[in-house]
Amino acid sequence: MKRFAVLSALLLFSAIAHAQDAPSRPAKRDVSPASTEDARMKALEAQVRSLVGEVALLRSELKELRETKSPESSSGPQVLLASSHPEPGMLPSSPAPAAAQVAQTQTFGGASGNAKLLNPDISLIGDFIGTAGHNSVAPGRSLEMHESEVGLQAIIDPYARADAFISFGETGVNVEEAYVTFTSLPAGLLLKVGKKRADFGKVNTIHNHALPFIDRPLVTNNLVGGEDGIDDAGFFLSRFLPAPKNWFLEGSAELLRGDSADVFQASRRQDVSVVGHLRAYRDLSESTNLDLGVSYARGHNNLGSNFLTNLYSGDATLRWKPLRRAIYNSFLFRTELFWSARDQLSAAVPNLFQTQHAFGMYSSAEYRVNRRWTVGGRLDRSGHATDARLTDTGFSGILTYWPSEFSQIRGQYRFGHLATGPSDFLNANEILFQFLFVMGAHGAHPF
Amino acid sequence: MPRLLTKTRFTAIALSFALVFALLFPVTGRADSKIRIMTATTDLASLAQEIGGDKVDVESVARGYQDPHFVDPKPSFLLKLSKAELLIVVGLELEIGWLPPLITQSSNPRIQVGAPGYLDASRFAKILEIPTGQVTRAEGDVHPLGNPHYWLDPDNGLRIAKGIQDKLSEMHPNDAAYFAQRYDAFEQRLKQSEQQWLAQMKPYAGRKVVTYHRSWPNFAEHFGLNVVGYVEPRPGIPPSPQHTVELIGHMKRDGVKIIIVEPYFDLKTPNSIARETGGQVVVLMPSVGGEKEITDYFKLFDYDIAKLKKALDETH
Repeated sequence: MKRFAVLSALLLFSAIAHAQDAPSRPAKRDVSPASTEDARMKALEAQVRSLVGEVALLRSELKELRETKSPESSSGPQVLLASSHPEPGMLPSSPAPAAAQVAQTQTFGGASGNAKLLNPDISLIGDFIGTAGHNSVAPGRSLEMHESEVGLQAIIDPYARADAFISFGETGVNVEEAYVTFTSLPAGLLLKVGKKRADFGKVNTIHNHALPFIDRPLVTNNLVGGEDGIDDAGFFLSRFLPAPKNWFLEGSAELLRGDSADVFQASRRQDVSVVGHLRAYRDLSESTNLDLGVSYARGHNNLGSNFLTNLYSGDATLRWKPLRRAIYNSFLFRTELFWSARDQLSAAVPNLFQTQHAFGMYSSAEYRVNRRWTVGGRLDRSGHATDARLTDTGFSGILTYWPSEFSQIRGQYRFGHLATGPSDFLNANEILFQFLFVMGAHGAHPF
Repeated sequence: MPRLLTKTRFTAIALSFALVFALLFPVTGRADSKIRIMTATTDLASLAQEIGGDKVDVESVARGYQDPHFVDPKPSFLLKLSKAELLIVVGLELEIGWLPPLITQSSNPRIQVGAPGYLDASRFAKILEIPTGQVTRAEGDVHPLGNPHYWLDPDNGLRIAKGIQDKLSEMHPNDAAYFAQRYDAFEQRLKQSEQQWLAQMKPYAGRKVVTYHRSWPNFAEHFGLNVVGYVEPRPGIPPSPQHTVELIGHMKRDGVKIIIVEPYFDLKTPNSIARETGGQVVVLMPSVGGEKEITDYFKLFDYDIAKLKKALDETH
């Protein structure tokens, strides 16, 4: 284990060090080092000179602007989108040189934003869930502020960015994800370090509020750790792979501590878990695409270091979205299959070691009817990880309404045929409803 | 008996995972010396092509008939971004819903935000509708840094082209003269065309129009149109019956007959407004490539102005 730690640390540091060198290299390639130094110095001098000129120019312009603008701004009432007409500075009369080295802020727009320029993008997504109806196997609460997820995202330095999602329940707090992403590694590698949802299939990577349903599929709860899923601290490495024409291939390899909900548990330091994922994507046409994946995860389970759980999964997604009507109509079909092989002791025969092989899957479809409404459905089937003889089945119908991009109201009817014994079942009929709201920065949606 | 996971086996698994990608598939070198440019929108691609000529390879992520606020960050774009040497974006948070994850996942150090290969075109342009005072989403999907549809003013097109020229010259100093010459030619052609466009639009100076989204402030300002209302009650919020009724009243009172709509919006509400007011719906293209014949920045204005002129004549 030590050997591994040392090696991986070496690999990591050399990669990062390399990355930090990379961007500062001059653009010219075939020049000797000495003359590059000279050229650079000269270029820098020229830049300083031009910048001095520019500062003077900007100052005079700012003065002009202040003089012309001050009566205007004090007179007008509180109009939110008042158009202001600053004179364009760069071009018209004076050909001020090289705007290229000016900091990457908005030339004309940044005034009010400047004070907060270095704050991370902050957002909060509220997720309120209500449940009514019968479910004696897994009863949920009638009304709950299920989660308030705070997102903090920022660029750290020229080599990295970081994202943190901290999820507040009604009583507890959980770091759902917090990781740094090194974007400047050599050889096209992308490394994330921290705690993150592992790239195991599709639904495991998606945050609650971005799911197309209110709950998670039965198979997630039975085989892959429930709501939190495989979400652990470690290293997440990925890279694009050479692929046949028109295909996109990406491989990920992840090394985690080995603690993920009730799937993996590390009783010793050596009990790390690994996750591997291969994704293949292809545009079938401008509006249709196919997304395929296979994943593998291995770790130790709650019975101790000698008991392993191996998980395999395959996923397929078909999307359709006509570009000219993208905000009105779209369709998505997704299915995911999971196999779990869990080492445990037999319940019937004392001290008999056995491996339970359970299978589970879900299929879901959603159709955007118009700008505000989406209908969807899901079929569920899953064995139990600890007792593969027990199989739950179920289905859901989902209706979603969007008042705007920043809020969402959803209803879901859920039927479950849940196993309590090899031939004993209980039926669950439930109505779920959800209110979602987004404050602050407009996070990008996962694809 | 339970299988014991030996340390050696574990080391092997983990290390092979880590090294397989890095070593088996080295990044391949490039044969030609063209600068590979990716742009967020087709308009920026067209401007980059004007300046770069045959020294560049340009491709846009969004299509011209697509709403640039809502683009799916498809992995197929990642491959192209991973090879790009320059990424030109519209900025002002237009692409905030889809571009940041593409940039991060491209694992291309050259085009990360702030890197030399990242160019925000809004830095060069004249920006309108910069909110003053408090900004809240009660106003809909407001852009706190100003209206991002600024490329629909030919003067801004020229400013962006200048910015691109500087950037390309900085990246390939050997070709600086070539880019400067292409910029000069572009400037001359654009100024000429602009005179024609302005002359075509001159008879309609001050005419009142309604637009679907706030995509046209720069266009309207440059060509002397007066935008008096929007089909959307707030930016990004779909039309509501109450707002539509108010808008119809407003248009009737002021004699507004033209409803300008972008190609990616539903025509149902605009058409019913046109019926009520005796006006006309004009689908104008906000971007190059919105129609097949709009192959570059010049044809964009040719197309929009011809279409607008016809509608203005018919509704007078």
